[in-house]
Amino acid sequence: MTFTIPIDNGDSVKNAEADSQRTLYPYVTGTSIVAIKYKDGVLMASDMGGSYGSTLRYKNIERMKAIGKHSLLGASGEISDFQEILRYLDELVLNDNMWDDGNSLGPKEVHNYLTRVMYNRRNKFNPLWNTLVLGGVKNGESYLGMVSMIGVSFEDNHVATGFGNHLARPILRDEWHADLSFEDGVKLLEKCMRVLLYRDRSAINKLQIAKITEEGVTVSQPYSLKTFWEFKAFNNPTAGAEGSW
Amino acid sequence: MMDLNLDAPHSMGTTIIGVTYNGGVVLGADSRTSTGEMRFPLFFTLLGCTLRIELPTRSQQLTDNVYVCRSGSAADSQVVSDYVRYFLHQHTIQLGQPATVKVSANLIRMLAYNNKNMLQTGLIVGGWDKYKGGKIYGIPLGGTVVEQPFAIGGSGSSYLYGFFDQAWKENMTKEEAEQLVVKAVSLAIARDGASGGVVRTVIINSEGVTRNFYPGDKLQLWLEELEPQNSLLDILNAAGPEPMAI
Repeated sequence: MTFTIPIDNGDSVKNAEADSQRTLYPYVTGTSIVAIKYKDGVLMASDMGGSYGSTLRYKNIERMKAIGKHSLLGASGEISDFQEILRYLDELVLNDNMWDDGNSLGPKEVHNYLTRVMYNRRNKFNPLWNTLVLGGVKNGESYLGMVSMIGVSFEDNHVATGFGNHLARPILRDEWHADLSFEDGVKLLEKCMRVLLYRDRSAINKLQIAKITEEGVTVSQPYSLKTFWEFKAFNNPTAGAEGSW
Repeated sequence: MMDLNLDAPHSMGTTIIGVTYNGGVVLGADSRTSTGEMRFPLFFTLLGCTLRIELPTRSQQLTDNVYVCRSGSAADSQVVSDYVRYFLHQHTIQLGQPATVKVSANLIRMLAYNNKNMLQTGLIVGGWDKYKGGKIYGIPLGGTVVEQPFAIGGSGSSYLYGFFDQAWKENMTKEEAEQLVVKAVSLAIARDGASGGVVRTVIINSEGVTRNFYPGDKLQLWLEELEPQNSLLDILNAAGPEPMAI
């Protein structure tokens, strides 16, 4: 088989001669992203883990990145595909800046672009193996949306990916309300992340919380959450079973 | 045991390591290439490398100041590394100065990511450039690029996660870093059937490149390993004590 030099041939959205291929499975993956709208904008949380199957291989991966001035993108799923998406978005933002017309891409536009990319890849049976969360604020309007690897796209007041769908969403449904303060928002997200820490085997105890407001994006330093294990039932669960510990 | 499949892909079950230290990087690897179930010490002398009659080199030079450690499919990693050497050569000519480690890593990423369905190779790129100093980039299956203070890869790396969690520290000296790498590869060789042979290290810093060679029989002995002997006869002959001389 002749090995043709692939000069960035991977972009089958724009390049018709790209090799017919399909992504079969992810290798290095990030776990859940949880995000909520709050009073001043959007808060998003993710851990810094990159799993390689069941091995927690990488512990310093930033899965949330600022896009342009008004948006914040969080990704779960295959990290190499996330890195590729960041390259596409770099190009998008660059071209937007080159117009030099005072306009800049808002979160709605970025979300729409991502939806098109993800859906078109899905149609070619070569998905980018990610679930993306796009949050942002422009002209005082907060925006929070999600796109999955099959192109399902929607906006909501609170979103979660992966295990977060099952563990974080119920908490958010009960406890989210409009105009949360920054402190309450962070506490809510931490509540979700703590549950994920206890229950998601791919989660690691090193997380970041990112905030996006009209002023811009801030991603916190990495930090760890305290966990509680001193339940009486854990102390001596085998009291009844003689000889067990 | 006798299902010798000589057509099975030559894969580098192996151990590769890259470590930054205060002033540069140290790359290290074992030298074994294996095929299916059998190990072929002579076989891999000829086929595991490109036409050189020596144990295969796992650490390959990309440019004067950047090296890559290869693991996974021997063929895939060789061809990727050959292409990147070719690209970097042209890039260096155009640029007029040595390529940076980041550029080297990104070129590898380009090939690894765009051909992810066909390639099965994990690589560690390490080097030194005048802008950022010593840098290590891990490029696992799939084509993710991760800049790390140290990186491990290959089948033998499974046995080293715990070791590095405990033994790694920032800002080591060159000697400490190299000792750590040799110790780690040696520990992996002890437990991973697909790793073995000799340990080769490459130290890259502002002064240049130093290659070192540690033959398998000169490495420290680990648990349940015994001093190698020429023959049982030597042991038996040495057993009887000489009468004490007055």
